[in-house]
Amino acid sequence: MENKNTSRRDFLLSGILATAALTGCGEAENPFLPEAEVALTGEKVKLLSVTGEVIEIDKAYLKPVPAMPPLTNEQERMGIEGKKFVMVIDLARCKNLKKCQESCNHAHFVEEGQSWVKIHSMQESDLTAPYWQPTTCMHCDEPPCVKVCPVDATFKRQDGIVAIDSDRCIGCRFCMAACPYSTRVFNWEEPTNIPEEVKQQHYSCETSVPQKKGTVGKCDFCPDMVRKGELPHCVSACPNGVFMFGDINEDSVTNGAETYRFSDLIRDKAGYRLMEDLGTKPSVYYLPPVSRNFPYESGIENQDPQDLHHH
Amino acid sequence: MIWTGILVIIGLVGLYAYYRQLRYGLVVTNMRDYVSWGIYISNFVFFVAISLVGSLITAIFRLANVKWATPITRIAEIIAVSAIIFASLIIVIDMGRPERLLNVFIHGRIQSPILWDVIVIGTYLVISVLLLYVPLLPDLKILIKFKENSGKLLNKVYRFQGSFWRGTKDQFKISERSITALCITIIPVAFCIHTVTSWLFATTYRPGWDSTNFGAYFISGAFLVGAGAVVVAMFVFRRFYKLEKYITEMHFEKMGRIVVMLCMLYLYFNINEYLVPAFKMKKAEEAHLMGLFTGEFSLMFWFAISVGMILPIIILLFKKGRKPLPMFIAGVMIVIGAWFKRYLIVTPTLLHPILPMQEVPEAYHHYFPSWEEWAIAMGSMAGVLLIITLFARIYPIIPIQETITEHHENDEAH
Ligand code: SF4
Repeated sequence: MENKNTSRRDFLLSGILATAALTGCGEAENPFLPEAEVALTGEKVKLLSVTGEVIEIDKAYLKPVPAMPPLTNEQERMGIEGKKFVMVIDLARCKNLKKCQESCNHAHFVEEGQSWVKIHSMQESDLTAPYWQPTTCMHCDEPPCVKVCPVDATFKRQDGIVAIDSDRCIGCRFCMAACPYSTRVFNWEEPTNIPEEVKQQHYSCETSVPQKKGTVGKCDFCPDMVRKGELPHCVSACPNGVFMFGDINEDSVTNGAETYRFSDLIRDKAGYRLMEDLGTKPSVYYLPPVSRNFPYESGIENQDPQDLHHH
Repeated sequence: MIWTGILVIIGLVGLYAYYRQLRYGLVVTNMRDYVSWGIYISNFVFFVAISLVGSLITAIFRLANVKWATPITRIAEIIAVSAIIFASLIIVIDMGRPERLLNVFIHGRIQSPILWDVIVIGTYLVISVLLLYVPLLPDLKILIKFKENSGKLLNKVYRFQGSFWRGTKDQFKISERSITALCITIIPVAFCIHTVTSWLFATTYRPGWDSTNFGAYFISGAFLVGAGAVVVAMFVFRRFYKLEKYITEMHFEKMGRIVVMLCMLYLYFNINEYLVPAFKMKKAEEAHLMGLFTGEFSLMFWFAISVGMILPIIILLFKKGRKPLPMFIAGVMIVIGAWFKRYLIVTPTLLHPILPMQEVPEAYHHYFPSWEEWAIAMGSMAGVLLIITLFARIYPIIPIQETITEHHENDEAH
C-alpha cells in the first residue's frame, strides 16, 4: 500500500516537473529536468498537487522555479500594483545600431518587415542637425488609442502600460488611425514567424505573444520581464545604454549598467516628451541629442536609404 | 434581366474576393500599417452619405409640405435603405476579425465613436425601413386587389406584408400620424449618422482629419451625393418604367434647383476645409495639402472638385441644364465625383503621419487597392443597385395612393 502510494506521488511529481519544463525556455540549460540521482533528505513537505490533492514529497525534489504562474486575464488587465513605469531614451547615445529592434522583434516574433521599435532618422528643418530617434509605444497617460477602441481590447493598466488583448480585438484599426506616433502594426495575415509550440500557447497581454491574425500589435513595455526582475528586451539589448527603464514611484531608471534618479536626469539633461501639445502625456521621455557619443553619420549604413529623407 | 444578371455576377465576384479575404486575411488588400483604412472605409462613408437623402426627400420635404416631391419619395427611401444596409456590411468586411463582431455588444464601450455609429446607424436603418413600409401599406392593398397582374408568389408576399390594412379612416389616421412621427425622428438621426461618421476621422490628430468643420462638411456633401443619386434614379426609372406622366420635367426642374443649391453649399464647406489650413500652411498640414493640390493626388483632387461640384453647378444654373438628360449627366458626375472625394478624405491623410514613414517595406509608402478590394467595393455597389432593382420589380416605385391623393387635391385646387 505504502509503496503504491509513493509511485503515484512520483508520477504526479514528474507531471508537475514536465509542465514546468514546457513553460520554461530552451532544452539545453533546462534547470527543471529531474536529476538522475537525488539524495533524499528524509525531510518531507506537503504540497497541493495540480489536481487539488495534498501530496507529500521529499524536500530534495524542491527546486526554485523562476517561471511565473500564469496570470488571469483580469490580472493582466490590472497591471502590477504600486508601479508606474517610465522610460527615458537618451538620443545622445544612439548610433542606430538597431539592436533594440532586433531583440524586440525576435522576442515577440514580429512579422518580417514590421517592427515595434522603430529608429527614425529625424531632422526638424534644413539647417538643424539630424539625429536618430528610437520610438516605442509611448504608453500615454491619455492614450488616444484606448479612447477609440470599441471593445476595450486596448486598455490602460494601473502601472501605466497600454496593453492589447488580442483575443478580444476585432481588428477595426481605429486605434491605428488614432495613434499620433504611428506605433501600431497590424497582423494582415496569419503570423508566419511564430514557432508552432508558441502558437499553441495562450495569448498573454503581458508578453503580447502569440500575435493573432487580424488583430493589432505594438510595444508592450515587457511587464513579463519586469515580473521576472529583468529589463525590457530593447533596454538590455542596447550596447550603448540608450534606453533607461524604471518606476516613477521609485524615481529611478536604469539601463542595466547605470541607474539614475529619474527626476535628476530629466532636470539635468532637459528631458522632454514627443508631441507634448497633443495632450497625450507619454510615459516615454527623451534626452536631447547634445554632446553626442557618436556622430549622426555613423548610423547611416544601418538605415534604408529611402528612410533618410525626413520631412 | 441582363441588368440584374450583370449585378449578380459582380456581386458574386465580390463574394469570391471576400472569401479569399476571410481565408488569407486582410493581406489580400493593399492596406498596410500606414494606410490602414482604404476603399472599404471610403465606400462606407460614401454609402452613409447617399443614405442621408432618404431623410432629406421623405422627411424634410414632407414636413415642409413640399407636395411635388411625393412621386420621388419612395425612390429616395429605397436608396437610403439599401445604401445603409451595405454601409453596415462593408464595415464588417473591413474588420480583421469579423467573427468577433459580437464583442461590440458584449464588451462595447460607449466612449468609442464606433459605438455611437453602431447605435445611430442601427436606429436609422429601422426608421428608414419603417418609412419605406408604412406608406407602402395602401399600395399593397391596391396590389392585392389587382392580383391578376402579379404572380402567385408575389401575391403571397403582398398579403403577408399588408393584408391587415383595410384602408379605413382610422387606419389612415394612424399611418398619417406615424409617418409624421417617423419624419420628425429621422432628421436628427440622419444628422447623427453622418456627423458621427465624420467624427471617426475628426477625433484623431491627423492632418486633414483634425478639423472642426468635418460634421457640417460631411452632411452637406451627403445631401449632395444623395440628391444626385435620386436624380439619376428618377431618370432611369422614368425611362424604363415609362413614368413620364408621374415624374415630369417639373420634377427635374425643381430637383435641379435643389441640387445646385446643395452643390454650392458643399463647395462652400470645401473652401473652408482647404483654404483656411492652406492659408496657414502648418508644417504637418503642408505635406498633406500639397499632395492634394499639386502632388500625388492632385489629378483626383481637381477631378473631384470640378466634376463633382463646379461643372454640375454650371450645368444646373441654366434652365436648359435642368431638363432630364443634362440633369442625369450632372447627377452621374456628382455621384462619381463624390466617390473619389471620399477616397481623398481617407487615404492621403494616412500617407502623411506625424512621425515620418520609415522602417517599413517600400510597399507601405503607397496605396492602390488590390483587385480583391475593387471587387468587394464594386460588389457592394452592385448589391445596393440589386436591392433597388428588385424592390422596383416587386413594389410600385411611385407611391400610388399618395400620388392619387395629391392629384385629387391639385384638381380640387384648380
Ligand atoms: S483594432 Fe483592436 S485594439 Fe484597435 S481599436 Fe480596433 S478593436 Fe481596439
